[in-house]
Amino acid sequence: MATKKFMFINRKAPYGTVYALESLEVVLIGAAFEQDVSLAFIGDGVYQIAKGQSTDGIGMKNFSPTYKALGDYEITKLYVEKESLEARGLTLDDLMPLVWEDEDDDYAEKPSIRLVSSAELAEVFDDQDVVLSF
Amino acid sequence: MPFEANGKTFETDEEGYMVDLGSWEPECATVMAGLEDQPLTEAHWEVLNFLREYYDEYQIAPAVRVLTKAIGKKLGKDKGNSKYLYELFPYGPGKQACKYAGLPKPTGCV
Repeated sequence: MATKKFMFINRKAPYGTVYALESLEVVLIGAAFEQDVSLAFIGDGVYQIAKGQSTDGIGMKNFSPTYKALGDYEITKLYVEKESLEARGLTLDDLMPLVWEDEDDDYAEKPSIRLVSSAELAEVFDDQDVVLSF
Repeated sequence: MPFEANGKTFETDEEGYMVDLGSWEPECATVMAGLEDQPLTEAHWEVLNFLREYYDEYQIAPAVRVLTKAIGKKLGKDKGNSKYLYELFPYGPGKQACKYAGLPKPTGCV
């Protein structure tokens, strides 16, 4: 099967709608079929990978730990839009430290999150075969 | 079809996966495996326990490829290959082992 470059754009906060969870499920399916998968977090989407999420009281499953498994699925390109983060008063320290293990480098942990400007992100999108927006 | 273990009844979905993941206990694995004539050895339990831990940490059942790699890292390269895992779980390590471990069917598994 030919490998395509898939970009999943995540725009919404994690629990108000089902978009974030649905996106994550499709991402994992895409990776299981060994496609080249990237994620982007824009707007309220940056909250999806925020640290310290708790769903106590809203009766929903806290699926944020699953983002930590993305490295195992060889999904190592998580683009976070700088402007979106800044507009919400957040920094990289407010996000989960998502990493992947480089098997060829003695399982060294390397960061998956890439902080990029809106303009840089546009170039990344331009380079994709398929772009899906959630 | 629901099954009984330790005198309790456990509900499953149409494919035999447990509905209430939190109610799992080791006896469930033994019973579910028994229904499919699959004896569970120490080697099987090693994989089941690994899956339980993986689910606790990440809230998903790993795809076979991910499971294979992770097992290799945790339990040694001789176990981190699909031959070893398929010998233990001939119906597919993802599908079959996740079922006995009380996990959902792995995402992306058809």
